[in-house]
Amino acid sequence: MTTRLDARFADLAAKGRAGLVTYVMAGDPDRETARAILKALPGAGADVIEFGMPFTDPMADGPSIQAAGLRSLAGGQTLRKTLEDIAWFRQNDATTPIVLMGYYNPIYIYGVDAFLADAKAAGVDGLIVVDLPPEEDTELCLPALKAGLNFIRLATPTTDDKRLPTVLGNTSGFVYYVSITGITGAATPDFGKTAEAVARIKRHTDLPVAVGFGVKNAEHAGAVARGADAVVVGSALIEVLKGSLDAEGRATAGSVAAVTGLVGSIAAGVRNARKAAE
Amino acid sequence: MNAPLKPNSFRSGPDENGRFGIYGGRFVAETLMPNILELERAYREARTDPAYLSEMEGHRTHFIGRPSPLYFAERLTDHFGGAKIYLKREELNHTGSHKVNNVLGQILLARRMGKKRIIAETGAGQHGVATATLCARFGLECIVYMGAVDVARQAPNVFRMKMLGATVVPVQSGAKTLKDAMNEALRDWVTNVETTFYCIGTVAGPHPYPAMVRDFQSVIGEETREQMLEREGRLPDSLIACVGGGSNAIGLFHPFLDEPSVEIYGVEAAGHGLDKLHAASISGGKPGVLHGNRTYLLMDADGQIQEGHSISAGLDYPGIGPEHSWLNDIGRVTYLSATDDEALEAFQLMSKVEGIIPALECAHALAKVGELAPTKPKDHIMVMNLSGRGDKDVPQVAELLGTKL
Repeated sequence: MTTRLDARFADLAAKGRAGLVTYVMAGDPDRETARAILKALPGAGADVIEFGMPFTDPMADGPSIQAAGLRSLAGGQTLRKTLEDIAWFRQNDATTPIVLMGYYNPIYIYGVDAFLADAKAAGVDGLIVVDLPPEEDTELCLPALKAGLNFIRLATPTTDDKRLPTVLGNTSGFVYYVSITGITGAATPDFGKTAEAVARIKRHTDLPVAVGFGVKNAEHAGAVARGADAVVVGSALIEVLKGSLDAEGRATAGSVAAVTGLVGSIAAGVRNARKAAE
Repeated sequence: MNAPLKPNSFRSGPDENGRFGIYGGRFVAETLMPNILELERAYREARTDPAYLSEMEGHRTHFIGRPSPLYFAERLTDHFGGAKIYLKREELNHTGSHKVNNVLGQILLARRMGKKRIIAETGAGQHGVATATLCARFGLECIVYMGAVDVARQAPNVFRMKMLGATVVPVQSGAKTLKDAMNEALRDWVTNVETTFYCIGTVAGPHPYPAMVRDFQSVIGEETREQMLEREGRLPDSLIACVGGGSNAIGLFHPFLDEPSVEIYGVEAAGHGLDKLHAASISGGKPGVLHGNRTYLLMDADGQIQEGHSISAGLDYPGIGPEHSWLNDIGRVTYLSATDDEALEAFQLMSKVEGIIPALECAHALAKVGELAPTKPKDHIMVMNLSGRGDKDVPQVAELLGTKL
């Protein structure tokens, strides 16, 4: 079975360039603005979209994504609304892969079977659930694969060669390499080392490897893109969105453009990376 | 729903995946998984190593002051006019509560594992003080995460931790209480996983913490059993303890779980009432996943975690240890709840009638002793875990009673 993610990464490989994966939070700072950003991302240069499901207690996220989740929840965002947002996006875009990213409890409370059916119907392609390691695969990973959704796992600097096969076992779509031991939006990693790490993962899998955590601008993205199949950027987009809000935390006329502007610049960095290296 | 099958023993959990029935587990980010597996291995080796156990025994005797007395509360017994009430005096431990039992075990384990940086979360500050104390004793770096709201309302404990050489980090995220302190401690651990040992304060979190912390606290129940046999020549008829995360309760209960004649009661914090703001996860919540384990939690219909409320900062957590969730579902332990007002009344009663100022946490258990004891015959023996002393609560109680100190 070929999913939108498989097709997109095959297309990127054919073009000989790395992809750009953009993370934005559903409902941040309000539902309409988040939808407008979602719709504008592919045109701005996003190859894959990660759409954040807000959660009160995001234990692997830094201050930027924590705050985005709380803004979203304060505006009344729910998992049901997030799925509706994706169905709305799919009316005009049948090809850009969308991966939902977040924590398990809202999905567990929604009901795993109902969630998978509704996510599939809405046009979701994959899931990244931070607090479901391989040891908990029976919870959601295996049912998701059965339902035809990709389950994307995080590999980290602490995932050694002995553990990698466990982590990669039921992973599909792509592997998300977290370039630091830390939370989102924290320190900038040594991008030289990420290429080595990607090469190590590729010895264990044929799946594409995307690298994220700590990528803040076009220069970082270019450095990562030279050694990976895709670059993930998240906290930097959330920060630029936050910077566009008014004193009460509401979206302004410039909010969508602030995000798409940064995406455009990072996308150019990603697209030029391998040319620059030649 | 069908009731889960009764096991042959109530003491055999968790299984190899860290589950008590459907509860428990290892719901953590991948970055932490190798470390959690390493911790599990290290603990499995340590728990049967005579050198580790005898070192722990020595510190229990000489540093903590164990065994703690099992005390016949004569005046409370007369006051309630029913069951014969005994108090397990955990408040007499060094640092003033049962928390130190667990911290000792974890710090000795951290030393075996070569970890020199200790992090902890704390609500009321009792676990933070116990951790800071043992880090001082063994010369380890100690960082305690504490919600900014709790830092403000528990100033004496914050100062105690600083005196003991710990760094107290006020947590500004979320509601700035215990739940957020735990999130922040987990973020620290994800960041500094190679060097750092996370000393969790209760029987919650990812496997192996719920089982490990329970084992360290089970000294409470083991001593109680021995002391009661010596004193009365038989087992008690009932046990009762307050439950936040539930470490003092499981410590008392666990050695008695397979004694069918022993009734067991846990008391959650009902705050302003179960239909209002409270912290009673079993009585007023439902199963979900947070902080590494599946257990009863307070949450909204979308699965977003809600804040707990209790007069007692030590019970003010929106979850409960997974083994308690299982013991509830399987019917071995009965979970009751006591409101802020009931606890405040019991706090004053024990002070006046027994000459012991209890922690507000334990006052919740006493409130239910006051309901259960009068319904029991005079030869019924009831043991309440007096898990902490109330000195820390005196300023708060004074304010609630309208006295300016």
